[in-house]
Amino acid sequence: MARLVVLGGGVSGHTTATFAAKWLGSKHEVVVVTPNSKWNWIPSNIWVGVGQMTKEEVTFDLAPVYKKAGIIYHQAKAVSINPEGSASNEKPFVTIEYTEAGKAGETEIVEYDYLVNATGPKLNFDATPGLGDGNGQMGDNTVSVCTAEHAVHASHKLAEAIEKMKGGTRQKFLVGTGHGLCTCQGAAFEYVFNIENECRKAGVRDMADIKWISNESFLGDFGMGGLHMKVGGYVVSSKLFAESLYAERGVDWLIGAHTSKVEKGKVEYELLDGSKGEEAFDFAMLIPPFAGVGLKAYDKAGEDITGTVFAPNGFMKVDADYTAKPYAEWRASDWPRTYQNPTYSNMFAAGIAFAPPHLISKPMKSPNGTPINPTPPRTGMPSGIIGKAVAYSVCDMIKKGDKAHLHEASMAEMGAACVASAGKGVLTGTAAAMTVYPVVPDFEKYPGTGRDTDYTFGEVGLAGHWIKHILHFLFIYKAKLNPGWTLIPE
Amino acid sequence: MKEEELNFGKEKFSLTMIPGNATRSMRTCVVWQFIRFLVLNVKMIIVVRKSH
Ligand SMILES: Cc1cc2nc3c(=O)[nH]c(=O)nc-3n(C[C@H](O)[C@H](O)[C@H](O)COP(=O)(O)OP(=O)(O)OC[C@H]3O[C@@H](n4cnc5c(N)ncnc54)[C@H](O)[C@@H]3O)c2cc1C
Repeated sequence: MARLVVLGGGVSGHTTATFAAKWLGSKHEVVVVTPNSKWNWIPSNIWVGVGQMTKEEVTFDLAPVYKKAGIIYHQAKAVSINPEGSASNEKPFVTIEYTEAGKAGETEIVEYDYLVNATGPKLNFDATPGLGDGNGQMGDNTVSVCTAEHAVHASHKLAEAIEKMKGGTRQKFLVGTGHGLCTCQGAAFEYVFNIENECRKAGVRDMADIKWISNESFLGDFGMGGLHMKVGGYVVSSKLFAESLYAERGVDWLIGAHTSKVEKGKVEYELLDGSKGEEAFDFAMLIPPFAGVGLKAYDKAGEDITGTVFAPNGFMKVDADYTAKPYAEWRASDWPRTYQNPTYSNMFAAGIAFAPPHLISKPMKSPNGTPINPTPPRTGMPSGIIGKAVAYSVCDMIKKGDKAHLHEASMAEMGAACVASAGKGVLTGTAAAMTVYPVVPDFEKYPGTGRDTDYTFGEVGLAGHWIKHILHFLFIYKAKLNPGWTLIPE
Repeated sequence: MKEEELNFGKEKFSLTMIPGNATRSMRTCVVWQFIRFLVLNVKMIIVVRKSH
């Protein structure tokens, strides 16, 4: 009997664990270690953040689902990995610390034959003074929609701001990225337009000054270096597409900005041209930068090998080409295909947890040397597809031996469907429905735009909103392993 | 003055394109959006299939 341990029960880890449990059956063990008791369909947190959905609508308990799937579940966080075992343990193991009420703080070791690290991001609020509370959590100055709890808090603050506007007090909304190295601009993009929509619905749009602040060097970069898509017979840059939406909805923007400090009602920033400035706000939602969750690794002798297993940003090294090279020499082939750790072949990383070889957007620095550029996004669809490919590989290794062919899922050969809500409402809602193929541009295969413009498109409309709403139900249905769940693609 | 052109008055917005009334109303026209819904689904399914 072999044991697969999956660290992280989010989009990617849940996909890996549930498929592996289905394919392996009861002959082998699948264990999930994750600190959360509930699964969260994170994309719908945007609607929680504007009071259009409740936390309960976007989350469900993991325990009954894992029980149904025959998965062993530890509500705990992984602290360290011993890929060679230790002096007293022959087998590789992870050290976990329980977060479950009643057992919180207790540690235990969990041995494994195969390990998948799908721990997602650490929300690194403390990277920007005043964005965090100094203890790794979000501070008091801004709100966030990165977790369902954060989104509930954001919705209360938004309701207060709307009440103030109804009472005649203007409000300034600042939404975007809280650091020069953030990713996940898409989530902030959705939130700013949902706020705008809520203000209109509440009849107070004229009392709201809404501004976007972001580390993108141009609007519509989205951490993917932008994209070109077919619109109205033209192939246009996402810059024009995004600027048009901001202009239409009266949302001002400040781009190429590294948010260097946050205080109550004010951010300080540095721009790509080296100038510095301040922006006041009454309500701010700033996405924190992401880092790895800080797992440590030790060899058999107990020596710290974290630097061998993980990149400096805390994400796990996989089969990518990490050789430092200039932007002009970046290739699609630098991106990983199997997500296997190069040192320990029984270890994989899936979703946000793998270390990308480099940015996708063009690297930029201010004259003061401050890097200001989006880091690469790994959105839901790639995270799910990678999670499934890794599950295939591990199952094959278990069934056919360690030399089994590994399944591949390069982000330079896969597309992503992104539906960015611009306001909720069955008949009045809109969303920017976009697809991009491939996620990582391949300028050798598609000279010019780096992407296949037959499959890279975008449009704004009610249809996009319907799709986003249907995806909400579909993915929660699938994650609950309801009948036919395997038929729903990632 | 056409309502949709008002925002061009702000310097920041003057160099981009803003959809006119017809485009905006088509965005929430249920019949047209139902057709787009079908088209978008087909396109997305193709991208999803190419990615697996
Ligand atoms: C507000 C918001 C909106 C978004 N909207 C979209 C969208 O519309 N479309 C889209 O495609 N993508 C969207 N994304 C991105 C999408 O949510 C991510 O791509 C996806 O969640 C990544 O999956 P993951 O499994 O890598 O990480 P996660 O889903 O974050 O899962 C990581 C899991 O690991 C657990 N974990 C953390 N630390 C440890 C530890 N030490 N040990 C064990 N487990 C640990 C976490 O609790 C979590 O359960 C959005 C993201 C945000 C924040």
